Amino acid sequence: MPDARERILGRLRAVKPHAFTPSDFSIVETKTWSPAARLERLRTAMAAVRTEFLDAAAHDWPETVRAFLVAQGARNVAYGPATEAGRLLAAACTRAGAPALVPYDRPIEDLKATLFDDVDAGFTAVRCAIADTGTLVLWPSPEEPRLLSLVPPLHVALLSAATIRDTLLSVLRDEGWAKGLPPNVVLVSGPSKTADIEQTLAYGVHGPKRLVVVLV
Amino acid sequence: MKPEAVYFFGTCVVDLFFPEAGLAGIELLRREGVRVIFPRGQTCCAQPAFNCGHHAEARAVARVQIALFPRDLPVVVPSGSCAGMMRHHYPELFAGEPDEAAAIAFAGRVVELTQFLVNVLGVRLTDRGGPETVTWHSSCHGLREMGLEAEPKGLLAQLGNVRVAPLTRERECCGFGGTFSVRYPDISSAMVADKVADVVQSGASVVLSADAACLLNIGGALEKTGAAARPMHLAEFLWERTRER
Amino acid sequence: MSAETGSTDFHASSSKALLDPSLRANFRRAMDGLMAKRAAQFPDPVEWDALRTLAASIRARTLAKLPALLEALEARCTANGIRVHWAETVDDANEIVLGILRARGAARLVKGKSMVSEEMHLNDFLEKNGVESLESDLGEYIIQLDGETPSHIIMPAIHKSRQQIARLFGEKIRGAEYTEDVDALTATARRVLRRKFFEAEAGVSGVNIAVAETGTLVLVENEGNGRMSTHVPPVHIALMGIEKVVEKLEDVAPILTVLTRSATGQPVSTYLNLISGPRGPGEKDGPGEVHLVILDNGRSRIFADQEVAATLRCIRCGACMNYCPVYTRVGGHAYEAVYPGPIGSILTPQTEGLAKRHDLPHASSLCHACVEVCPVKIPITQILVTLRKESAHASPEFLVKGAGGGRDRLEDLAWWGWRMAHVSPLLYKAMSLGLRVFGPLLKGGAGPLKAWTQARTMPRRAPRTLHDLASEKGLPDA
Repeated sequence: MPDARERILGRLRAVKPHAFTPSDFSIVETKTWSPAARLERLRTAMAAVRTEFLDAAAHDWPETVRAFLVAQGARNVAYGPATEAGRLLAAACTRAGAPALVPYDRPIEDLKATLFDDVDAGFTAVRCAIADTGTLVLWPSPEEPRLLSLVPPLHVALLSAATIRDTLLSVLRDEGWAKGLPPNVVLVSGPSKTADIEQTLAYGVHGPKRLVVVLV
Repeated sequence: MKPEAVYFFGTCVVDLFFPEAGLAGIELLRREGVRVIFPRGQTCCAQPAFNCGHHAEARAVARVQIALFPRDLPVVVPSGSCAGMMRHHYPELFAGEPDEAAAIAFAGRVVELTQFLVNVLGVRLTDRGGPETVTWHSSCHGLREMGLEAEPKGLLAQLGNVRVAPLTRERECCGFGGTFSVRYPDISSAMVADKVADVVQSGASVVLSADAACLLNIGGALEKTGAAARPMHLAEFLWERTRER
Repeated sequence: MSAETGSTDFHASSSKALLDPSLRANFRRAMDGLMAKRAAQFPDPVEWDALRTLAASIRARTLAKLPALLEALEARCTANGIRVHWAETVDDANEIVLGILRARGAARLVKGKSMVSEEMHLNDFLEKNGVESLESDLGEYIIQLDGETPSHIIMPAIHKSRQQIARLFGEKIRGAEYTEDVDALTATARRVLRRKFFEAEAGVSGVNIAVAETGTLVLVENEGNGRMSTHVPPVHIALMGIEKVVEKLEDVAPILTVLTRSATGQPVSTYLNLISGPRGPGEKDGPGEVHLVILDNGRSRIFADQEVAATLRCIRCGACMNYCPVYTRVGGHAYEAVYPGPIGSILTPQTEGLAKRHDLPHASSLCHACVEVCPVKIPITQILVTLRKESAHASPEFLVKGAGGGRDRLEDLAWWGWRMAHVSPLLYKAMSLGLRVFGPLLKGGAGPLKAWTQARTMPRRAPRTLHDLASEKGLPDA
């Protein structure tokens, strides 16, 4: 007896193929901006959904982040210690008065209670960004786990302005995403939000309450 | 290019309930020097049966109409809804029938009245009436099947003494929907009640539409609630305000 | 809802809904807001038309290649480490989910929003089998607390006012005090659900788009509960209908832009979660197992019928309901179906059969507002008319489930009479005269007239018809 798979596919295969016309992507492909306009568009779009921006210089962004975390009263920050950005941040946070470092260097099973209950901020780098919609592309990895950008109430994301691209379509084409993706890629366009109660916007429902982009 | 003659398909609702609107439409055409042919015995575009899924009945009625308009002349219709039925749904209704080609050819000749007045005849109007505030109800099929929006509004804009007070929800259905109004009377009543309230808040003394069926619905509800605004077909309004007396 | 053989009655449920002023006000306000937000997202009609043409072409291409795409999706997912399951019916799908949970000994589950899981009535099924299944989308959480079903596919708790939600939280959540402050209500839900995400032994989600080319499951959300449900628990089970696949990864971009703009008037959702496998080598988080359940539940039958197959293009944006004057008046529950509004009125009769749901294809004034805003150009009104046709007649050519199930001999007779009166000029004239003579005698006492006159006066035939006036004017006849 054929199984469910064979029965479903069998029914679908028995149908004369439906007609279709090729897709014309030009309306999406033609969206493009100058580098300056891309940055402006990204900031405007993200700020409209309550994303905060910290402007920093390339050489001392870790100090900017440290000072910001201290000013916000963050007791600690979770980060990926094996990443380049993580190392630089850690170096800036060794001084007295800096937030404590919570390296995400072991399986979640061993860090879950800390991450859920005791961490004030999570720090990640940003692979690239999308000007069209005001979106950060996060690329979780063994060195920079998924939950860094999700569980702590404050997410600090390091973005290099040079990586801002036009559209999602241009990013996924230029970077060859179709050849294969890691287990998880997340695109983030602001802090967590909901409008499920009377369509009234409320921020910080399940994910981070604040998203701070450190712009270098 | 202006044709020397056109057919006029009056529609059943206009024939029975708003004949003055039909005649006004005919007069607007004749004033532009167009000979108007009104084939006697025309009845209904067959939309009620078509929309209810009784397509054999709809085809029988549509077939009779097509036969009454044989010459290669425009068929002008003072209703966006009926024009939409004849223009867009006849080809579908006759698909695979022996007279499919005739139905397609007929459908290609169907034009809604205000679109004909504006786009073919380039009508210029002179307002001879006093100051008046009206509101506009866009019928759903006129708007969404026939793309009827710029033409009726453009014609109204030519009337210097007429102020158009827009409805809050101009594009929302009045709740008629043919047999919908009797199959789901409670929903339909709620919809038309909202439309009436919208007309009343607009402050207009007349609610205009290019579809008599909507006017039958809105007008009946206005009357039932004792509201002061009256329903009027756009053609009748245009003719009454511009004809030489 | 009545049993399989009986028929569900939208007449009664919609009439009842109309009598609830707070429900009507809640829907009107919400739909006005959603319409305004969507309209602001598509200011340029040329761009809108090009975008929806593109999105429609992508969905049409999916359907043209559907069996091959599903096989490719399965192959890619499997290669990525995602385990793929096929379910013909909702019962099969429920058993598959339960089997996965039992194999892991999982008894506590958190759910992201999934309309397929609503089709399955998964929560009820799992509760009966001793599994706690908790909705984590705020709207879904609210209605689950109140023992309700969604009234809108995007905004499931849209029928509730903040006062109602405040009372509900005060009654049902320990430690929650009555407050109408939306931020405070949201914070309460965050507090409760954080614990649940922490403790969950499995997570269930829907799938907005599945990419055959890369074996990727695309999830769209704003709250972060979808990420929580798919990243934190050790097992993730994703549920999708067979139609949710697309061919290429690049197909995702246009679909997303029309989806979020049409659904909630957002240029983009807060999160776009692309899942292409379980926790990878060296990864420190993410579920150890990812399962994908592909559900048919009547879709292959719809697929086989070219008259209605475009129904399967749907990307579940909900714009058709936001713009529907009927939905706006009666709300989602009146439809007594998983999918309300225009898309539900074409989908539900096809999956449940016309014998049971011949009421729904008529629950529309055919105003075309839904067609105008559909981002994938589903000819909803055309399909409604097809369903009306197949409901009213039984024919071997009609493929929709339960064709002929809405046949009404009295109505057939009425249409026969209508036809006679309109094919013969003589009979038409007789009817016209009859209306003139007898019309005034009808006080709107019975049947359709009574329905009409509940809100309107009786139409009065004009003293002279257009035929009369045309003859008086001497208009040529031919």
